[in-house]
Amino acid sequence: MVKEKIMKAVFFATACISILAVGLICIFLFANGMPGIREIGLFKFLFGTTWRPGNGDYGILPMILGSLYVTAGAIIIGVPIGILTAAFLARFCPARWYPMIKTGVELMAGIPSVVYGFFGLVVLVPFVRNTIGGKGYSILTASILLGIMILPTIVNVSESAIRAVPKSYYEGSLALGATHERSVYRMVLPAAKSGIFAGVILGIGRAIGETMAVIMVAGNQPVMRAPNELLKGVCTLTANIVIEMGYAQDLHRKALIATGVVLFVFILIINISFSLVKRKVVSES
Amino acid sequence: MTTVACDEKSYEKIIARNMIKAHILRAITIVAAVLTTLVLGFLVVYILVKGVPHLTPELFFWEYDSENVSMLPALINTLEITFLTLLLAIPCGIGAAIYLVEYANTKNCFIPVIRMTAETLTGIPSIVYGLFGMLFFNQFFGVSILSGALTLAIMVLPVIMRTTEEALVAVPKKYREGSFGLGAGKLRTIFCIVLPAALPGIFSGIVLSIGRIVGETAALIYTAGTVTKASNSLFNSGRTLAVHMYLLSKEGLNTDQAYATAVVLLVLVIVINFIAGRIVKGRQND
Repeated sequence: MVKEKIMKAVFFATACISILAVGLICIFLFANGMPGIREIGLFKFLFGTTWRPGNGDYGILPMILGSLYVTAGAIIIGVPIGILTAAFLARFCPARWYPMIKTGVELMAGIPSVVYGFFGLVVLVPFVRNTIGGKGYSILTASILLGIMILPTIVNVSESAIRAVPKSYYEGSLALGATHERSVYRMVLPAAKSGIFAGVILGIGRAIGETMAVIMVAGNQPVMRAPNELLKGVCTLTANIVIEMGYAQDLHRKALIATGVVLFVFILIINISFSLVKRKVVSES
Repeated sequence: MTTVACDEKSYEKIIARNMIKAHILRAITIVAAVLTTLVLGFLVVYILVKGVPHLTPELFFWEYDSENVSMLPALINTLEITFLTLLLAIPCGIGAAIYLVEYANTKNCFIPVIRMTAETLTGIPSIVYGLFGMLFFNQFFGVSILSGALTLAIMVLPVIMRTTEEALVAVPKKYREGSFGLGAGKLRTIFCIVLPAALPGIFSGIVLSIGRIVGETAALIYTAGTVTKASNSLFNSGRTLAVHMYLLSKEGLNTDQAYATAVVLLVLVIVINFIAGRIVKGRQND
């Protein structure tokens, strides 16, 4: 009986590790990031438009915008294709083809981001440079690459959302004389919209947090860009941390850790909205 | 009579219009699915075609130098980190899942907190893990294989936890009842009955984690470091294959070798996915 009690305590302890980990991550990020933010000034840090560590300018607005641009681009490219692919897999795909395509999508989720980045570097960058213009290292290139990378997330979550819609919706629509396509797009997809939306939020989280692939194709210039400068390079929050952390000292290093804090807060907000949407899905069904 | 004929005509028109709409919708859907598949196919084939010719035996020499950017040291480091990470994450992940499924009662206020934090861990980007590892683990172990493995262990913990939990929940209740009925205690039931029955599911989670560890870069650059030697101690720094590949393509001097490294990574991931798929399929056939 003692053994049972001890083991129960051990299992409980292992269950608490995730709480401990989140706690430690919060504490260490904030404890190391806050002094930097205090020294620079929160407003100057978040809304400063120049990032020149050599001159003591630590404004991360260019990077925040950079992250938002490439994420928005990824959503514009990835979401429609992802949802349509999910609809195809759930309602159109011949049974013979399904395992192959499904395995492919799962493989896409497993491919490491460096490999995606390398693919972007050797294929997408020259492609954008030669067909559209600019240097190739640009917001557009990063958006296309991220759009590809978030596809599996959106396809998988949307597909299960579409499959979860009761069959009676589809059958009722057919019985009223609608075609198969109309039933899927007018009845089934709207019924699955919360689940699909949750997938999109998850995709946003992945796109904002993506680092290695973006570094390799986005050009990494920490300057302010207008949304119409699609062919110019940008630096994202994530890319800036990885590139400069190697040699940063003192305040510069603290500013980079503070950048990590900002990223972390972004991700927390996205996570919370994801779980809110998911709760809505559960209560709907 | 004439009015009826007219109605029939407009009815046919509506049907025709609906059919055209349906065909267009179907075409768009198929185009999207083909596009997704094509992108993946193109990526895999392109990297294989460009990379396989550069997979020379020299790339698997013991020593890395600027003349011959051998990937064998990085491969060994990858194995070390994978092994160590799994050693840390598997017991914790499985233990946590056992607690959630077998012990916790629904009134326990800890359960939602544990689930919430596990979910949070899933969403945190790898660069944030890298920063945390650099700030926390590096203080104790320096830039080392151990720091990298500890960082990655936190990262894959929720993956193992979730898959194990699903596998445990899927074990029929009668297994446990039968075991209790034969006089076995709770621990014995868990270790001799429930865990063996849940093994395939747990295993697929582990395989998924291996995939993430092998492909991870951002979390390792500043925790496990970028030293090009095969590490012979847990406290030495060493680059993994993914970090190696990033640095090669960043330097831009050895693009051919970067292709070759990409092939190795890609093949590893494809094999891992294949194994995971096989396990899941085997479970469905049971």
